[in-house]
Amino acid sequence: MSEQQQAAAEPSSNRLVGTLAVAGLISGVIIIAVYLATFDTIKENKARELREAVFRVLPGVKRMQRLVIKDRKLVVAHTEEKGEEPIYGGYDAAGKFVGYAIPSAGPGFQDTVSVLYGYQPAERLIVGMWILDSRETPGLGDKIYKDADFVANFDHLSVDPKIVAVKKGKKSKPNEIDAITGATISSKAVVRIINEGNGRWLSKLPEPGAEPLLDKVATAAPKAVDAEK
Amino acid sequence: MAKSEKQAYDEFIKGIWRENPVFVQVLGMCPMLAVTNSAINGVAMGLATCFVLVGSSFLVSLLKNLIPKQVRISCFIIIIATFVTVVDYSLLALVPAIHKELGAFIPLIVAKCLILGRQEAFASRNTIRMALIDALGMAAGFLIALVSLGAIREILGEGKLFGVPLFGDNFEPWVIMILPPGGFITLGFMLLFFNWFEEKKKRLDERAAAIEGSDI
Repeated sequence: MSEQQQAAAEPSSNRLVGTLAVAGLISGVIIIAVYLATFDTIKENKARELREAVFRVLPGVKRMQRLVIKDRKLVVAHTEEKGEEPIYGGYDAAGKFVGYAIPSAGPGFQDTVSVLYGYQPAERLIVGMWILDSRETPGLGDKIYKDADFVANFDHLSVDPKIVAVKKGKKSKPNEIDAITGATISSKAVVRIINEGNGRWLSKLPEPGAEPLLDKVATAAPKAVDAEK
Repeated sequence: MAKSEKQAYDEFIKGIWRENPVFVQVLGMCPMLAVTNSAINGVAMGLATCFVLVGSSFLVSLLKNLIPKQVRISCFIIIIATFVTVVDYSLLALVPAIHKELGAFIPLIVAKCLILGRQEAFASRNTIRMALIDALGMAAGFLIALVSLGAIREILGEGKLFGVPLFGDNFEPWVIMILPPGGFITLGFMLLFFNWFEEKKKRLDERAAAIEGSDI
């Protein structure tokens, strides 16, 4: 092929730009379609995950409702508003208040760890812990949710004066937990996150007995979680 | 007919064995080493890659005459990125647990040279049928590599396979195997095996040729 022929075979730059524009347009339309098609499911998955976690960290709870601080008072809020930091109230079958499920997050070994924990204000006890989101090292740090022994530490754990992680097997006081061997940083991160959550919330909670009453539209426990208990 | 069947079969097997993307071409190492700490993660990443590879190979082969060669790479990337986004959102909606494990590595499928390489080297020069067979073969080879690496690391590192415990309580997991060094060690041994096998085969062929030669 001579040089002139080659030049003739070269497509115009309009054609090049046009091809890319069409490709980008089609691609954009497809991505928006998939985003819209999956948006509701993804949102629902996240909400369901949180709902199930609330019932897991509060044993004996049959119904829950969303609580927020408004004018220094803890009130029921069913609709979400921007910038709110909600906690969740758990109630038993008779509608009696059992405890709060408090979300808290902070840095772990690799990335942010999000924790939800159950708190009984009457006895000032942590009664359950659930990791909502984490990217801890598989096989070591991920034991903060895969190791049943570690998770069991957070049942009937005293919050006074604050939670302390000690070397595995050294747990002797009600406010101590056994850290995971080989994952001390992740264990301590969970403890720190819960202590921070306590620092943020415990002073704002109403006196035991003065908790918000159960609303009629409160969410019932999902069947899957209910069956586990 | 028979000849084209044979050729198709060859193209498929090529991806699994002779030109296995991981063991022979040594492509796609980043997600390969990062996600294969369990067999099930290997399966998920393998299937996600398979969907993207087959989908993009089909489109690239279909559109090969419409795409000017000056902008072909950009077009390939747009096609691949679209498929990856579809996979990303679908996994998030359908199997959130697996999406959590694979995390950042799903979007990174876009940058896998394995996929772009197949478009440039094969799909853009062959018929749709051949492109699909080639993509399926390569994806199968990648899947097999991911699952075998994931299985070995899970068995040694956690004493489990697909989450099922294999040994008694006395098994002391070899934790290093599910950490990054375990990935390099396992992959190293597997590459060693593949190269040793190739070498042995080559020597056998040479010897066979030498014997034939001496007969004449």
